[in-house]
Amino acid sequence: MTASHDIRATSSGLFANTAARRKANMGQFIRWLVLMVLGIAMVMPIVYMISTSLKWPHEIYDVSLIPQEPHLENYTYVLEDGRFYGWFLNSLVIAVITTVSNVIFDSLVGYTLCKFRFPGRYIVFIAILSTLMIPTEMLVIPWYLMSQSFGWLDTHWGIMFPGLMTAFGTFLMKQFFETVPDDFIEAARIDGLNELQIWWTVAMPLVRPALAALAIFVFLGNWTAFIWPLIVTNSWDMYTLPVGLSTFADEADVAWELVMTGAAISTIPTLVVFLIFQRFIIRGVVMAGLKG
Amino acid sequence: MYRSLSIRQKQIVWAWAFLALPVLFYLVIRFYPTGNAMVISFQNWNLLGDRTWAGLENYQKLWHDAVFWQVFRNTFVYLILGTPISLVLSFLLAYHLDKTRFMHGFLRMLYFLPFMTSAVAMAWVWRWFYQPVPIGLFNNALAEFGIPQIAFLRSTTNALPAILAPAIWAGLGFQIIIFMAGLRAIPQSYYEAARIDGVSNVTQLFEITIPLLKPTIVFLVVFSSIGFLRIFDQVFNMTTGDPGGPLNTTKPLVLMIYQTAFTDFDMGYAAAQTVVLFVILLLVSLLQLYLLRDR
Repeated sequence: MTASHDIRATSSGLFANTAARRKANMGQFIRWLVLMVLGIAMVMPIVYMISTSLKWPHEIYDVSLIPQEPHLENYTYVLEDGRFYGWFLNSLVIAVITTVSNVIFDSLVGYTLCKFRFPGRYIVFIAILSTLMIPTEMLVIPWYLMSQSFGWLDTHWGIMFPGLMTAFGTFLMKQFFETVPDDFIEAARIDGLNELQIWWTVAMPLVRPALAALAIFVFLGNWTAFIWPLIVTNSWDMYTLPVGLSTFADEADVAWELVMTGAAISTIPTLVVFLIFQRFIIRGVVMAGLKG
Repeated sequence: MYRSLSIRQKQIVWAWAFLALPVLFYLVIRFYPTGNAMVISFQNWNLLGDRTWAGLENYQKLWHDAVFWQVFRNTFVYLILGTPISLVLSFLLAYHLDKTRFMHGFLRMLYFLPFMTSAVAMAWVWRWFYQPVPIGLFNNALAEFGIPQIAFLRSTTNALPAILAPAIWAGLGFQIIIFMAGLRAIPQSYYEAARIDGVSNVTQLFEITIPLLKPTIVFLVVFSSIGFLRIFDQVFNMTTGDPGGPLNTTKPLVLMIYQTAFTDFDMGYAAAQTVVLFVILLLVSLLQLYLLRDR
């Protein structure tokens, strides 16, 4: 659109339009400035969290963003407590296992529903689709009773079993397997690959971007999950990071610099991962948001 | 035996072999609990004693429970404030961000960053912001300008919006990104044609952009509505000393469910509340299907 403008703005046009053009540029600049100021305001809570985690207790009353004498004592103190390591590890193990499970099973089911013709296909499809309408909160009571009778309370398995497969992921993957040509699968079949090999070596590599998008969503969802881990765990060594942080912050009470340190410890890892894979993650989120 | 099957039969065997475990999962972890929750909602049970049939008792109790109606109101206030505010803000930001080239990637990163945080961690950060002087950031800032203090979390009128703010803040990034993808999908030629016809920017916005964004808008309305109806993490963490805020003025339905089930151990009553939540969310989802039907 700017190109067509430039073509028309030859010699006389260029001079005649300077005032209008300057006004347009001014508008652009103001737009940019407002967006920048608001954007900085958006990240302020995160910045303040990190800044306060570097302050001494007497400084937290200070609105100033830069600590007078930045130090890592709060981090040493919070980590020396020892519990955060365990919570971090629990969250990591649970988020990684659920992510792997979702990537495998959601794509397997999505692939089967997309590429196979078999009796019962439609029923399975509708049944899985309908679970999208069931809120987690409705299932927590039965899940709790189930965990209680099978001895899953307060275990890693108990925290992760409800999220091992998701209808959302299944439909995301089904959508993307539609883009894999049937000819590829036919050709592999003629080459003598069995169906499992075809799925894993032919179809899966073709939907890699979708797998990444799914992995990002599932990982983030489980990393920040709160209500179910809160219900199913009751000893502090089984807490996940959000549950641990919630208890820790409640205990720390008025020691806000320690609360902020705990919050920073649980937030910084995902922020760092985001900053590294930014483009990739934003594309994945759009993909999952629009197709899912 | 497998070798003697036709290609079609082999396909059926493979398909069901792939689906066996997932189907079992969905039956045991999704369908059975759904039915179970509905059954429990017609029973009286405190986890330790016997389950006894209660008929509609739990639902009648809910109907006459003043706290439930307060909670019901709160939940809808979260929805009615949260959804329009976050949608209008994210649309305005996405609309202008889409027209900005200089440092576009950096600006987008700033707006998206809060989406990557955990709600629990950010609830505690905002809780600190809201503390009275000399601790809280907001009140300290107000004091510097000589403006009277605001009781955020301790006031019956301010507490709910104060809790809603971080929820809106954290979700904006996602909505902006989705809006921007929607804006990109509108062909530039429409705007060029409009410009040649001398159509103003405002008219272009209302006659081209917004109508063509309808599917995106419907998706985001439903997505964020479901999110606000299920709000829990922020409320739980910002009101740990007094769950549900002063006089229950911030308590949403999910917090009431949590307390009824896991503080009072009144499983039947809690299950009845989850059924109510289920029905509300179902209506919202059906509304989406209805709105997208004519597309």
